[in-house]
Amino acid sequence: MAVTSKTAPAAITRPSSTAEKPPNKYKQAFPQYAAVSPFFILFAIFGAFPVLFSIWISFHSWDGIGQMKWVGLEQYHYLLSDATFWKTIGNTLLIWVLSTVPMLLLALVIANALHNATRLRTFYRIAYFIPNVTSVVAITLVFGSIFSNNFGLLNAFLRSIGVGEVQWLTSPWGIKIAIATIVTWRWVGYNAIIYLAGLQAISADVYEAAKVDGASPRQTFWRITVPMMRPVILFTAVTSTIGGLQIFTESRVLFGDTSSIGGPGDAGLTIVSYLYQSAFIKNQFGYGAAVGWALFVLIVLFSIINWRLIGGNDDERLTRRAARRVERRIAAQNAKREAADVR
Amino acid sequence: MSVERIRTAVGHIVLMFGVLVSLFPFYWMVVMASNTTPDIFSYPPKLLIGSHLFENMGKVLDNIDFFGSMLLTLIASLGVTVLVLFFDSLAAFAFAKYEFPGRNVLFGLLLATFMIPAQLSLVPQFVTLAEFGWIGSLKALIIPGAANAFGIFWMRQYAKGAIPDELISAAKVDGAGFFRQYLTVGLPVLRPGLAFLGIFTFINVWNDYLWPLIVMTDPNRLTLQVALDQLNGVYGTDYSMVMAGALMSVIPLIGVFLIGARSFIADLAAGAMKF
Repeated sequence: MAVTSKTAPAAITRPSSTAEKPPNKYKQAFPQYAAVSPFFILFAIFGAFPVLFSIWISFHSWDGIGQMKWVGLEQYHYLLSDATFWKTIGNTLLIWVLSTVPMLLLALVIANALHNATRLRTFYRIAYFIPNVTSVVAITLVFGSIFSNNFGLLNAFLRSIGVGEVQWLTSPWGIKIAIATIVTWRWVGYNAIIYLAGLQAISADVYEAAKVDGASPRQTFWRITVPMMRPVILFTAVTSTIGGLQIFTESRVLFGDTSSIGGPGDAGLTIVSYLYQSAFIKNQFGYGAAVGWALFVLIVLFSIINWRLIGGNDDERLTRRAARRVERRIAAQNAKREAADVR
Repeated sequence: MSVERIRTAVGHIVLMFGVLVSLFPFYWMVVMASNTTPDIFSYPPKLLIGSHLFENMGKVLDNIDFFGSMLLTLIASLGVTVLVLFFDSLAAFAFAKYEFPGRNVLFGLLLATFMIPAQLSLVPQFVTLAEFGWIGSLKALIIPGAANAFGIFWMRQYAKGAIPDELISAAKVDGAGFFRQYLTVGLPVLRPGLAFLGIFTFINVWNDYLWPLIVMTDPNRLTLQVALDQLNGVYGTDYSMVMAGALMSVIPLIGVFLIGARSFIADLAAGAMKF
């Protein structure tokens, strides 16, 4: 900080000491503007303009080639009464819950185990991370075969232990569980590594103090680890929500060759699949744009809910409170011990 | 002490089980790719690696233009990566190390763009590119992704800590202009950060499916992911061949990842902590 203030004005003050007029600061910053401009130019063309344009498109009936026909809010009217649209919201939310809840819980367990493991750390981390960097298409094909109704590995296993088969890829719940499994499998390791970083950021002193205090592992976990991890948990919750609401590839690749891209009875049709289907298969661009806006509203809504639930705005206070609680305990413990010594 | 040791052992058992679950699908991919389809679909299924791998790979090459798709994907991934590394690090260098009027407003604007889901602009982006006449061309795959907010944000955090102000003022004294300062002071120091951003970008573009599915309309010019999906759609009955294709598409990527895995994972975690 001190260094910045020393160096930055140096360039400006030197010429101004000789000349009366300070040089034009905008002109002087030209190289910096040039440096940051590629992003803003690209964003204007491929980000901002399309977003504004998509509002315009959503007020029209348009097949992408012919004349645009102004229909006002009709697309949105139709959207609200469209049973398939509501179904895709239900599907997406169910898949999101089925994947996110086990994913984050498992990640917490793995992160804890990784945190305590001293040997093989790098190996574990790489092994847990590989699912995340592999192609969704390839991996969905593998899971598609594992979940296959007749010849799948999973059903072969279930048959061999006498449970009987499950119609994974044709029943409404089976489809959702299959998609959620792929999502969970891909993202568990990623989240575990984020949690591990969070765990490592917690000072060892706090744990030491809790140990001295005689806290059980469970107490330590709930009273120290979880409160101190709140910001990290919030990060993973928000990113998984945004990711979860945008699920597309898994359902598209699993059911790509059937007539409907969402599988039998549209049980695996997600919001983005519906957007894709409306705009790029049925050529209803206006409706596709409207579905996009519905998705946007949902993402914002759920991010706010997450924020509230996990208490993003007061996490600092909570962390401090947890630390103070530990300190108080130690003080009490010491006082008790001193009293015992005196006696 | 022994309680501690038992706990460590249990921890390792849990972790090892997790590793098995993590890696099993890859093993299964190899098993399916190296057996014949009737063998996979027999009951009980074959659980061991077979001897038909090269035969299945050959069938992939016969049925889709695998190397053409791979080349296309490689060019797109490298193209985006190079442009992202240049534009993002340049912008990050300016944001991190220079005061200029409007800097904070511009950076705030950049952060705000994180909020917009990519799918929102899918339809209008397609329309825009169609207007440009870019649909079906490499430009459609490369240009829209040539600079991104995540990379600038991430590189800026990195640059703030990594580049000492003394180096920049020394370069200034030597008479180096902004761009020279970026080349001689910024780039060398930012190299580890660029390695992370490069691998991250490359993997993301290589794996992307939705965008190439929409813009690459010529069936003879598909990216690997889309070609793979097509192989599945058309030849879905020959599972061994589809799996051989999946395996071939995944190997280069895992290679890229393993090269930088160690620091890549650490950087990713550090980046997430900063958000």
